[in-house]
Amino acid sequence: MSTPAPGAAPDTTRIHNIGYRSYDGPRLGRSYARRSLFLQSLRGAYGLGRSAKSKVLPMLLFAVMCVPALIIVAIAVYTKADKLFVEYTQYAVLLQLVIAVFLASQAPQSVSRDLRFRTVPLYFSRPIERVDYVLAKYGAMASALFVLTATPLLILWIGSMLAKMDFAEQAKLFGQGLVSVAVLSVLFGGVGLVMAALTPRRGFGVAAVIAVLTISYGAVSTLQGISYATENTDAIAWLGLFSPLTLVIGLQNAFLGAPASFPGEISVGTGAGVVYLVAVLGLVAACYGILMARYRKVGL
Amino acid sequence: MYDPTVARLTYRALLGRRRAAILFLLPGLLLIISAAVRAINGADDQVAADLLGGFGLATMVPLIGVIAGTGAIGPEIDDGSIVYLLSKPVKRSTIITTKLIVAIGVTMAFSAVPTLIAGFILNGNGQQVAVAYTVAALVASIAYSALFLLLGTVSRHAVVIGLVYALVWEALFGSLIAGARTLSVQQWALALAEKVTGEALISSDVALPTAVVLLVAVTLGATWFAGRKLRTLTLAGEE
Repeated sequence: MSTPAPGAAPDTTRIHNIGYRSYDGPRLGRSYARRSLFLQSLRGAYGLGRSAKSKVLPMLLFAVMCVPALIIVAIAVYTKADKLFVEYTQYAVLLQLVIAVFLASQAPQSVSRDLRFRTVPLYFSRPIERVDYVLAKYGAMASALFVLTATPLLILWIGSMLAKMDFAEQAKLFGQGLVSVAVLSVLFGGVGLVMAALTPRRGFGVAAVIAVLTISYGAVSTLQGISYATENTDAIAWLGLFSPLTLVIGLQNAFLGAPASFPGEISVGTGAGVVYLVAVLGLVAACYGILMARYRKVGL
Repeated sequence: MYDPTVARLTYRALLGRRRAAILFLLPGLLLIISAAVRAINGADDQVAADLLGGFGLATMVPLIGVIAGTGAIGPEIDDGSIVYLLSKPVKRSTIITTKLIVAIGVTMAFSAVPTLIAGFILNGNGQQVAVAYTVAALVASIAYSALFLLLGTVSRHAVVIGLVYALVWEALFGSLIAGARTLSVQQWALALAEKVTGEALISSDVALPTAVVLLVAVTLGATWFAGRKLRTLTLAGEE
């Protein structure tokens, strides 16, 4: 059979225009995607938009965080005290375990599941860059912690006005407290996310976050107690540099008018305070750097 | 009652790759602190007892117990791969006891051995402090492993619940409410330590016979219930 001459075929094949249209609506772009990821992670930290079972733990911890503040306010109003018997800056330190458990339970759910189920490449198929993902997750974790730690302070402040305490003084103390919990939120959020991002298994992530926070604090306070008992008081302020919580305690003691709460009421001077500040900034930058490095080639 | 293949799998799940790093971190820290204290402070029986009690038995042992106990079964239930194990002709109670034995072994290796070494570094086993806390750590390892293995089969949030028990119940409530101390693995283990070294350095709120009875009851009860729970396990999807 002879092949048909070239020129006979063209009238049998045809491309039809069946009316597909390209998308010409608004493209919301990179900042919108980043904002959505931030909002979704922030809501996720409190279980909003997730199953009912996963709301239980964060909401319970949030309640545990607020109830002591309500009790303190009730006592202050009832006894007509002229100052609250717990300082704003000490509140987060007293309830550090609640904050640690919150971070340990929510940081892994924020990043570990994306890693384990390999959904990270899907995020990057959207118009976001690595820096957007890291910033959104970091920002959301820090904001979630800030909501957790600042709400009881707000309760205390409102309560102090109900109890007719000096407005200007309480407002100043409240402001100092807010700055202190903001530093704590950014610092803890970074540490929690780094530990969670390095251990994709949820259970191990939880244990790693708790271990880093409580063990470092336990070790530092044990060493501080021993140096105080052996009258080696110079070392106490410097030992505080080695755990996230004592960093915050030392920083607020140096700059935010918080009382000295290291063993023996050793206070952190301005000079040491600057070192604390540098250490906090360095640690936050290091957490950001580690997260950026972690997501450089992920799930590929 | 013991299946070598299950044991090998559990052992690899616990100590594979980076997971062992967390387990090495804690004992390493205890040894570093002990060495530092000895260097700054010299040998002191009371300091040794405080450090081993406060950092070793109160923080390190429960944390390692949580990691080993829940880690022995939790991740498998979490990602659903436990069905492959359950579909094999191995009794569920055998799976639980095997996993428990591995968890106990790992917890003991990573808590009791460093405690003994730290005790020798701190004061050369003066007044039997090192041996007393090692005995306490060994006993606590068994109870914690059984307890947290049970938690691993019962709840998806086993690690969080275990940590809350270990840190909030034993450390916080235990120091505030005397009654909470009777129901604390740490105090039961301390009762044994007190027996070894005498009351001068270590004191427990629980009498020795009570402690032993409770330890045995909790370990056996938790193991039995975990085996029972594994027979009726339903796998849930990821939330």
